[in-house]
Amino acid sequence: MSEAVNPEVLQSSCGWFPAVRSWWRMLTICLEERLAYRSDFALGTLMRFLPIVTQVFLWTAVFAASSRADIAGYSRDNIVAYYLLTMVTRAFSSMPSLAGGISRCIRDGSVKKYLIQPVDYIGFLLASRVAHKLVYYIVAIIPFAAVLFFCRAYFPPAPDGLTIAAYVLSLLLSFLLGFFLEATLGMIAFWFLEVSSIIFAYMLFQYLLSGHMFPIDMLADIPTGISGVSLADVVRLLPFEYTAYFPAAVWLGKITGWELVRGLLLEIVWLVIAIGTCRFVWWRGTKRYSGFGG
Amino acid sequence: MTFRANFLLECLTSLGWMSMNLAFYLLIFNFTPEIGRGSGWSREPFFAFVATGLVINAIVQTLFMPSASELTEMVRTGGLDSVLVRPLDAQFLLSMHRFDFSSMANGLVGVGLLVWAVLRFPVAPPLIAFLLYPLLIACGVAILYGLIIMLAAATILMGRNQSLYDFWFYITNFSRYPAEIYSGPWGDPLRTFCTFVIPILLVVNVPAGTLARPLSGESWGMVVMTFAAACLSVGLSRLFFQAALARYRSASS
Repeated sequence: MSEAVNPEVLQSSCGWFPAVRSWWRMLTICLEERLAYRSDFALGTLMRFLPIVTQVFLWTAVFAASSRADIAGYSRDNIVAYYLLTMVTRAFSSMPSLAGGISRCIRDGSVKKYLIQPVDYIGFLLASRVAHKLVYYIVAIIPFAAVLFFCRAYFPPAPDGLTIAAYVLSLLLSFLLGFFLEATLGMIAFWFLEVSSIIFAYMLFQYLLSGHMFPIDMLADIPTGISGVSLADVVRLLPFEYTAYFPAAVWLGKITGWELVRGLLLEIVWLVIAIGTCRFVWWRGTKRYSGFGG
Repeated sequence: MTFRANFLLECLTSLGWMSMNLAFYLLIFNFTPEIGRGSGWSREPFFAFVATGLVINAIVQTLFMPSASELTEMVRTGGLDSVLVRPLDAQFLLSMHRFDFSSMANGLVGVGLLVWAVLRFPVAPPLIAFLLYPLLIACGVAILYGLIIMLAAATILMGRNQSLYDFWFYITNFSRYPAEIYSGPWGDPLRTFCTFVIPILLVVNVPAGTLARPLSGESWGMVVMTFAAACLSVGLSRLFFQAALARYRSASS
């Protein structure tokens, strides 16, 4: 005699609901894990502002010795505000240990469990990172707010609502872009087991080209050999600027109007490319994977 | 040299970071003739300063940092016990049992950069400056060594101090630029703290200043202070380390 099918069981085993439930479960597990080290997080967050102290003094000394009121359109106060805003952007776009963790997972074979279970590895990683960032923001909001309040004199008046919305959108996109770029990097381990040097080289280029060291506008007077094209123009075509420079420049009013719209569209294009590349690399990598270790 | 390719890659990546910083400094000098009005740190003297920092940090990163960074794990896993039972000084063993020669790449570039910069000084440094320079480099290394050992002592006491090692990199960040940039109502107290309490500003500023700027009464005073700080740093680190060992409770069974 056959049993009647329970419609609730049938619904729970197919459709989007199980995926959302799994994703939520992954998120809550990762949140609990991250909240285990709250005080370490808070102390580390405060100390991350120490290099900015040096940068403030450095640029103050540079402006004191030069005859300029501004450098590449940035006054001394603008530059201090810029560095503080890049800290905020990096809080969204930086993915510590993501690429290294993925490569280690592939190298030691622990990625196997994601291949045999009905879990999307990239989705799991994304949920884990969202959890990490949420915890980071919960713990870091107080030191960040304290530093920004203390340094409020360096900031220009707050921009209009549309610019603030564009700023928030650019931050959210920078998180996703940073995630998919570094996830793709970690998956290179399917071809090269040891990728730490490749990751380091990527970090080096990203640090230089993202505007983390200085505003990209300062490269505007450096020629490339192509008429009318400066080094800043070339660097701004790359995706790295969205991980530090772009949101900060939006808030400071350095990118406005159609240039702002164009920048956001280009950021979305880069994000789509990064997502597609990440998925493709995962697909190709798992096809050739042989499951060492574990 | 067991893993030669890895060694070469580490040298290259280390040189990459250094090149990036040098490019940043070159960019700054597109906009200003010197760092700090009337400080004397124009382009060539500033690059002599940077070169001095590269040399000192290369020595520390090669000889002491690899060992110090392993100490946390040794305390946690009980590996420290095997060091304490050996018939050798524990501080010597713990601070120098592992070297990282790839860090010397930056030091060699630092020497080259120093020669390039000194040859372009408007006035050649006196002979006494060249004689003092290596001694002051050694003093700078000694001051940093003392700081490393005191952090290591904190590791033994606390068991886990990853944030303290982050603190090491952040505090030494203050020594990346000439002390003259720290001025004003906030800069002066910071400069005083980093000169007399944690003498991090003496490490690079004094040897570089000996070469790059005329020796005067004040600079001779800084030279004497650097020698004293080096002796004090090593002495205090020894005391801290011995006190930490006295309070150590083994982690192994």
